[in-house]
Amino acid sequence: MTNDPLILEAPSAPKRTRLEELWRLFKQNRLAIIGLFIFVLFFITAILGAVLTSGHDPVFDPSLIRLQEKLLPPLSRPHGGALSPEETPTFGLYLFGTDDLGRDVFSRMLQGAWVSLTVGFVAVGISVMVGIFMGGMAGYFGERHLRWDHISGVGILFAAGILLTTGNVWTSLGVFAVGCVFLGFFIVMKPPQRFGFTTGWLRKNAVSVDTLIMRLVDIMLCFPSFFLILTVVALLPASMYNIMIIIGLTSWMGTTRFVRAEFLSLREQDFVTAARALGIGNFRIIFRHMMPNAIAPVLVSSTIGIATAILTEAGLSFLGFGVPPPHATWGNILSGGKGFIFDAPWLTFIPGIAILIVVLCFNLFGEGLRDALNPKLRER
Amino acid sequence: MFSFIGRSIVQKTVTLFFVSVISFLIIHLAPGKPSQVDPMNPKFTPEMVERFRQEFHLHEPLYIQYLLFYKDLFTGKIVSWKDNQPVLAKIWERFLNSLPLFIVGTLLTWTLSFPVGIRSAISRGGIYDRSATFFAYLLISIPGFFFAYVLIIFVVTVFHVPVIGMETFGMGAAPWPHLWMDRVWHLLLPSVLGATGGIAVLSRYVRSQMLEVEGQDYVRTARAKGLSPDQVHYKHALRNALLPFVTMFGLILPGLIGGSVIIESIFSWPGMGRMAYEAILARDYPIILTVNFLSAVLVLTGTFVSDLLYLVVDPRIRL
Amino acid sequence: MEADTAHSNDTLLSVADLKVYFGGQDPVARAVDGVNFDVHTGETVCLVGESGCGKTVTALAVLGLVPIPPGKVVSGKIRFRDTDLLTLREETLQHIRGNQISMVFQEPLTALNPVFTIGDQIMEAIQVHEKAAENERRSRCIQLLQDVGIPSPRARLKDYPHQLSGGQRQRVMIAMALACRPALIIADEPTTALDVTVQAQILNLMKSIQNTAAMSVLYITHDLGVVSTVADRVYIMYAGLIVEQGTRDQVFQAPKHPYTRGLLASLPTRGKRGKRLYSIPGTVPNPAFKPKGCPFHPRCASALPECSVSFPKMCDYGESHLSRCPPLYNQEKHE
Repeated sequence: MTNDPLILEAPSAPKRTRLEELWRLFKQNRLAIIGLFIFVLFFITAILGAVLTSGHDPVFDPSLIRLQEKLLPPLSRPHGGALSPEETPTFGLYLFGTDDLGRDVFSRMLQGAWVSLTVGFVAVGISVMVGIFMGGMAGYFGERHLRWDHISGVGILFAAGILLTTGNVWTSLGVFAVGCVFLGFFIVMKPPQRFGFTTGWLRKNAVSVDTLIMRLVDIMLCFPSFFLILTVVALLPASMYNIMIIIGLTSWMGTTRFVRAEFLSLREQDFVTAARALGIGNFRIIFRHMMPNAIAPVLVSSTIGIATAILTEAGLSFLGFGVPPPHATWGNILSGGKGFIFDAPWLTFIPGIAILIVVLCFNLFGEGLRDALNPKLRER
Repeated sequence: MFSFIGRSIVQKTVTLFFVSVISFLIIHLAPGKPSQVDPMNPKFTPEMVERFRQEFHLHEPLYIQYLLFYKDLFTGKIVSWKDNQPVLAKIWERFLNSLPLFIVGTLLTWTLSFPVGIRSAISRGGIYDRSATFFAYLLISIPGFFFAYVLIIFVVTVFHVPVIGMETFGMGAAPWPHLWMDRVWHLLLPSVLGATGGIAVLSRYVRSQMLEVEGQDYVRTARAKGLSPDQVHYKHALRNALLPFVTMFGLILPGLIGGSVIIESIFSWPGMGRMAYEAILARDYPIILTVNFLSAVLVLTGTFVSDLLYLVVDPRIRL
Repeated sequence: MEADTAHSNDTLLSVADLKVYFGGQDPVARAVDGVNFDVHTGETVCLVGESGCGKTVTALAVLGLVPIPPGKVVSGKIRFRDTDLLTLREETLQHIRGNQISMVFQEPLTALNPVFTIGDQIMEAIQVHEKAAENERRSRCIQLLQDVGIPSPRARLKDYPHQLSGGQRQRVMIAMALACRPALIIADEPTTALDVTVQAQILNLMKSIQNTAAMSVLYITHDLGVVSTVADRVYIMYAGLIVEQGTRDQVFQAPKHPYTRGLLASLPTRGKRGKRLYSIPGTVPNPAFKPKGCPFHPRCASALPECSVSFPKMCDYGESHLSRCPPLYNQEKHE
């Protein structure tokens, strides 16, 4: 019937790609557009900042101490004579003033922008990756069961690890060897099939993958998150990487739950059944067929996650647990300025407002995306 | 019903066990040592370090330490490493300090966010909705410590009242209305700060729930019956939109113990959050672990209570 | 309630040139694009069309239930008895909804509020329009449930919707619609979500209620099987337009529009056993991008060049049988 020429002429809605459609809906939200604009601006600033404040002779030197120039208000000019030529700030002007050590706040803000950006993106990257992996496993392989022999094997290896950390190297190695033999014997060689003996309860199903992962999520949710992050950051040596990793590893639970729920519903849908009937492999189904359908909302929530991570990092820096000095972050500029709140309010307000604007733009952008992706609001 | 309760108690106990193991491992396997047992610390002689290690079973293998620690915790004998005070008594004292902050903050959050969220949803797209949305984002995005300083500057310069701490020092002889007002002033700022994020998040959530429900068929049925808009919104829609919030009631509980580290340290409020912060600084393991354990208990109790409440309010769920 | 006989000629509801558009800016989705139809007292009228042709929107517009921010009633008159419903204020309309015109929805599971008992929901309908005492409401509610064939109605009052079967839920919906003895019931695909056997029961129920109460019923449906059992008169709707109207026999025996013919040809009947079933090629046009000229011409097997240019007029075949296909009309007149 489709060879009827008249049907070919049938007018229909002009074809738009999903992206164009998304953009059309997104554009209608003015706040979200502002959010996107500031987001891009912040991105460029942070990268420029990283370039301009690093190296031997940076354009903006964030750590140059000029004690005679301390606590100057924004836009003030340096007291000419007292400074050597290489000490005068670029543009001959303290754009954002100076702090209690006479360091140029503008340079420090530039350097801090890069910290906020990387912490936000890396932490959320880690959390999204862990979340998608765990959620995907739970949602797709959830019904599979781990047997007691798997669990015992892993348990033995884990015990070996614990022993190692307590210092019993030889015992630990022994236990480790036992674990390897155990795993090799029961799982790789499959004794029941080969030798025809029963291993009893060891072959029984213990726990499904789904239960295991979801219980792990429950356990993680039991920790008060900021308190946990604070504890771990305080115990570990101070470094920017530790902070990113810890924020990432303590915030993946939401993504996991979401991806799992999404996968559980996608798995029941016909196109997945069809793909499976065609003999397409599990991982291809997951990544080619299911992930594209589940990924968009995850990306949206990760935009908002970036905002949260930036706030968390600032909070940690404020409490003195953040990126170690002399590296500047917006949190520790603010923290350093709190002692001069009445004498030098710009030390509080400039980083505070900068954090506020950046976090706000991420939130607005994320919400705008979410609305644009929400099929229920599409008809509007 | 009873099998559900039994099952969930067992499940939550197992979860709690794992939480206790993991938190114990995190604390003890992390690099670095508490100052009391650090040989590099000049304040302690080797003999003192040795006595300390004996007293706190630090020579035992880790799993023995674990058992001893939780035995002490359950028998209430656990003491702080820093000053040898009983931990539970300490926590109780700080808890009583945090309680007024928590109560005022929670009341503010729940009484403000519902009217705002519902009104936003009903007048969706209107000027009220858009400004409420923007303010909600503003409050979500503002860093708590920055907002705290802005408010402090504002209150101190405009009203000339001191707000740091729980009460003004040296007011002992003042008449009681003054004392009382002083306490209120000191309580107000930290509670408002504690509530801002909550109000913003919860009102957004109320709004989206309400919008979701307003789009349902039964709301259309209610209108087709000839009900007035108020009856449609506040009876048929709201009743359904409220269901998920019953579960959130249970989730308030953990807030009891977490307190807010940042706000309590800015305001020098001697509450739970500040105690936890000080304990982390001093590597006072018993306090860190106990706070963590108690908060896990509260989280689990909270989810348990939410599940039970949901059973009660949603007629569709019957066991 | 006057006891009119069926097929009386006085008009209860008259919809004229109703246009309902969706979406503020371009492209505007012209969901309902100039619909005219009448419902007389005591008769059963069917509004038939594929999904997406605007029939549900038409029904909602009668009760003023079109969601207004995306939707907009652009023009038209909806005359019920002597008033134009479109000019009424919301409060006045509330007295008509559920009281004089009530509606039965398609999906009885989602259309009933899950957190209230069915007794509450039916009694609420009585409560808002007639300030009856608690006892009276209860006894009327039990009577209603009995009328719609729910066994042991007294015990069912305290049930929640999820505790009933699909057919029973739809009976509850009907009881709710009947609560204030309305003059007109609009039933929007009342049987689509139900099993075939339950479908027949519900249709019989509606028919018997209608006979005893002298009500008019406006069925919105895509199911020609339903139409052939219940309809007195039929309106065929396509892309927001009425394309053919007439009595049931006129439309079923002598359809005068290619679309109606296509619909009938695609019905499986005993005579067509073993033959390939006809299906109308193509799909319903997107209401935002309707073709020029006759909206059906891209799918019409007998389309002429002029069909894609000029908008078709209603052609009168007499005895209130009208069709919107001038070429067919001219052709038949010539023969």
